[in-house]
Amino acid sequence: MKNNLNSGVHRTTPYKVISVILLVFLALLFLFPLYWIVTGSFKTMKEINSATPVWWPSEWVTTNYEKLFSRQTANLFDITIPFVGKTISGPEVPAAIRWLVNTVWMSVAAMIFTCVTATMAGYALAKKRFIGRKLVFSIIICAMALPKQVILIPLIREMSGLELYNTLWAVIFPIVGWPFGVFLMKQFSETIPGEMLEAARMDGASEIKTFLRIVVPLVKPGIGALAIFTFINSWNDYFMQLIMLSSNSTLTIPLGIAKLQSENSTDYGLIMAGAALAAVPILTVFIIFQKYFTQGITMGAVKG
Amino acid sequence: MGKRGAMSRALVRRETISGYLFLLPSLIFFVGFVVYPMFMCIFTSFFDSTMGRSDIFVGLANYKELFTDPIFLRALKNTVIIVVVSVPVTCAFSLWAASVIYKLQGPLRSAFRCIFYLPVVTGSVAVTVVWKWMYNNYYGIFNYLGKAVGILDKNINWLGDANFALGCIILILLTTSVGQPIVLYVSALGNVDHSLVEAAQVDGATNLQVFWKIKWAQIMPTTLYILIITTINSFQCFALIQLLTSGGPNHSTDTIMYYIYYEAFKLFRYGYGNAMGVILAIIIAIFSALQFRLAKADTSY
Repeated sequence: MKNNLNSGVHRTTPYKVISVILLVFLALLFLFPLYWIVTGSFKTMKEINSATPVWWPSEWVTTNYEKLFSRQTANLFDITIPFVGKTISGPEVPAAIRWLVNTVWMSVAAMIFTCVTATMAGYALAKKRFIGRKLVFSIIICAMALPKQVILIPLIREMSGLELYNTLWAVIFPIVGWPFGVFLMKQFSETIPGEMLEAARMDGASEIKTFLRIVVPLVKPGIGALAIFTFINSWNDYFMQLIMLSSNSTLTIPLGIAKLQSENSTDYGLIMAGAALAAVPILTVFIIFQKYFTQGITMGAVKG
Repeated sequence: MGKRGAMSRALVRRETISGYLFLLPSLIFFVGFVVYPMFMCIFTSFFDSTMGRSDIFVGLANYKELFTDPIFLRALKNTVIIVVVSVPVTCAFSLWAASVIYKLQGPLRSAFRCIFYLPVVTGSVAVTVVWKWMYNNYYGIFNYLGKAVGILDKNINWLGDANFALGCIILILLTTSVGQPIVLYVSALGNVDHSLVEAAQVDGATNLQVFWKIKWAQIMPTTLYILIITTINSFQCFALIQLLTSGGPNHSTDTIMYYIYYEAFKLFRYGYGNAMGVILAIIIAIFSALQFRLAKADTSY
């Protein structure tokens, strides 16, 4: 019976052959924009502006990248020490490098904050039997179904009031507050065996010890999925960055390319170099951690 | 017995306190940067609110103005067109692609899944700028290919022509929306109960019958989830519009989300923008509820 079924699945039918060919063709079309970004960023101005597309650069030039990196300069970083008010600045570097530093820092901070708070909250919602648990969880579910962008206008005023407007925190905090992570970590925490928590309590382990020693190791795959998910989403959260960040020292890489495009709308070589700078690091991260990412998407949808 | 009752009361108290302590960090961010702004969005929509002066209460005036504002109605129409076209196409395409992909072997399967997800990861800005180049009037490959194949006899200004601009935007939107549904469908199809499929095959059911009568019903929760997330994403279409056309030519590609941005961040009409936000949230809620109803009706038989 089993063999029968397997042979059924693997039998090569004309429909199957045609659909695989079609799928390969479509996959190539999906890869094409990426191919066009990378090759375009190495083409000469003449090849870029040719009415007949140049499918493969006849010579690979780095002029577009040189232009990108010589446009403006910025400090590598500016860190203001709280309460003291002193600012430490890094050496002067091309502005595009600063955009990259800002984006990485923003995504990493959002990722760490989200993972810590969501793991704690997800564990509490899944395993703690406290009053008001159901209410908190239903509010979270309702908030997830609402469009994120409707909160942006009030957020601007709030961030101005908190004096966070035009700082990377203004982008980070709303990402951390978005409840998807809590929902995802609750799903993962449901799998923790209650007996293990009970045993820890019997041994007199403190709540914090139980959390760090038992809960965290058990939900590690969930944390991995959430980390990569948050990192990629923060990197690409263009709308939030657009309205919260304005000065040159807070620009992120997506904003930087958007700015390049509005200032040099026809220099496609330069714009493609910027796009490659934005896309290649995040694609590398995605391909390395693809397994966790897929798991996160599927787990997040189980009871969605 | 009494002792046990006291114990469990102490336990409940301990669980409640520790439960909230674990929730606290997350709740601070959630309430501070999600719930509070949502509440303020509704509240401010009843005010004439702008920069540098205190708000003036205007009751429902913002909402009344919305429904007589031709640009808003245009944006609403465009948004609905985008949703009505992109949601069914995204779902149908990803279901078909997933049904081919999930039968493939390990590495090939994850390669395909990965490729269709790439436009999402690449980021809306990088994707948009390259498409803008491909759509370009003089150097774009679409005009070149169109002429080479013989469909076009002269260059078309794709994004500058009100007849084509919205369609061009929808095409890009499609490539960035199928990634997640494909991943979800591949996993859902892999989890379909095989004993039912086998039983049906023994009874002589065709592949198509097996699909519609058994698999379709079993993946219904996934379909519902995909419908809802795709709807929400399509309603929020913004980066594409802002970077490609800025709502032009002559507001022909405005979406609600872009118009909110335009009113709030170009004209600084916060109250009016918030009223649109509230309407958008209501529309999305209605669409989601409707899809929920339809999906429920479909699974119950």
